[in-house]
Amino acid sequence: MATLPNRQEQVTLDTFLRGIWEENPVFVMLLGMCPVLAVTNSTINAIAMGLATLFVLVASGALVSLLRKLIPKQVRIATYIIIIATFVTMVDYVIQAISLDLYNALGAFIQLIVVNCVILGRAEAYASKQRVGPAVVNALGMGTGFTIALLCLGTVRELLGNGTILGIQVFSSNFEPWVVMVLPPGGFFVLGAWLLLFEWLKQRKAEPAGAAEGATVHES
Amino acid sequence: MAGAQPQAPSQPRTPGGAMLRTLGGIAMLSGLLVVLVYHWTRPIIAENKRIAIEKAIFQVVPGAVTRKNFVLGPEGLFPGDAGKAKGDQVYAAYDRDGRLKGVALEAAATGYQDVIRILYGYDPGCQCVTGIRVLKMAETPGLGDKIARDPDFLANFEALDGRVNAAGDGLEHAIVTVKHGTKSQPWQIDAISGATISSKAVGRMIDASGQRMFPLILRYRDGFERRD
Repeated sequence: MATLPNRQEQVTLDTFLRGIWEENPVFVMLLGMCPVLAVTNSTINAIAMGLATLFVLVASGALVSLLRKLIPKQVRIATYIIIIATFVTMVDYVIQAISLDLYNALGAFIQLIVVNCVILGRAEAYASKQRVGPAVVNALGMGTGFTIALLCLGTVRELLGNGTILGIQVFSSNFEPWVVMVLPPGGFFVLGAWLLLFEWLKQRKAEPAGAAEGATVHES
Repeated sequence: MAGAQPQAPSQPRTPGGAMLRTLGGIAMLSGLLVVLVYHWTRPIIAENKRIAIEKAIFQVVPGAVTRKNFVLGPEGLFPGDAGKAKGDQVYAAYDRDGRLKGVALEAAATGYQDVIRILYGYDPGCQCVTGIRVLKMAETPGLGDKIARDPDFLANFEALDGRVNAAGDGLEHAIVTVKHGTKSQPWQIDAISGATISSKAVGRMIDASGQRMFPLILRYRDGFERRD
């Protein structure tokens, strides 16, 4: 049987917020880079991919957690993959039912959610060791963090590369779009810029705490 | 070197049956969920596809309000969808009075990044192309993807000459894409500046499809006219 940790986490606000800031799957853990770079050339694609991943994360996390005591350790990865693939297939059909244009725009990246390491990572490292409540809340946080990251990239790339946000013209007709931003190199440029900003914010947040600690040591 | 090696604590062995039971149970649950969602979404997806194809047909055949599916090939014209009958799927489009307004066909060719697929309309009356709509492409955003929305480029296809030659086995003039601003004949397509490869792909696919299909459309025109 899969080994269960002795400590079961209580559901707190931190269980949810961790995935958004401290352990953001994109800006901190740098996971799931394939869809992050590939489908963020427009805001709507980023939102759709983010929500699809969020659903698969939450649903697979809940089921893995529910079945954690029944899944033998030796076949756990195969079981998680079946569970994740099931929910991805469901999302695939649902997106086709919602909008064929959106489905065509996302291309193969919906099916590729199956191999998104954020989801398998959460199933293995968290959901398989926690009760359903914390597993779902943590997956919600991670999914929201992933969606926000995709949205950050998608909005900037669409704005600079097309002059629009969600297809609505933002700049005047004098604006010459930076086409490179909606091309693959643009994904790397914008991701790099966001990572820089994220790191700077983290350091800025850590500095006052460090300074206060230093001051306390000096006084003593 | 004395002393016995410390032994790893023995782990309880998982019986093979338990592993099989878990995997089998999960697979069954997975199958159930997938089949349920498939059956729930199937009619909605089919309806979405029908709306999308009709929207495209009515766009490339102006004035059309109804359509009928046919399969057209050297062996003849057959009503229905491509399946057993050999040939290409075509869509006959009719106006409110049931008169044939044109025939919509699919064509494809390799563009700059990947295969471009379009639906285009052909009017057997004027023997001309009446419009195109891009169904699938992965052309460069801001450059090649203009083939789907550039008004000047799309104007090329409002009455593009597709007359069949006297022998009835091809086009009188091959449809060709020419450099931007140099179009001088009604069978020429004025390329988009900066998107020549994508523009040429569109010309190439309509020419290849037209050489083969336009003579057949004219040969079986009466079959399209008769509406059941």
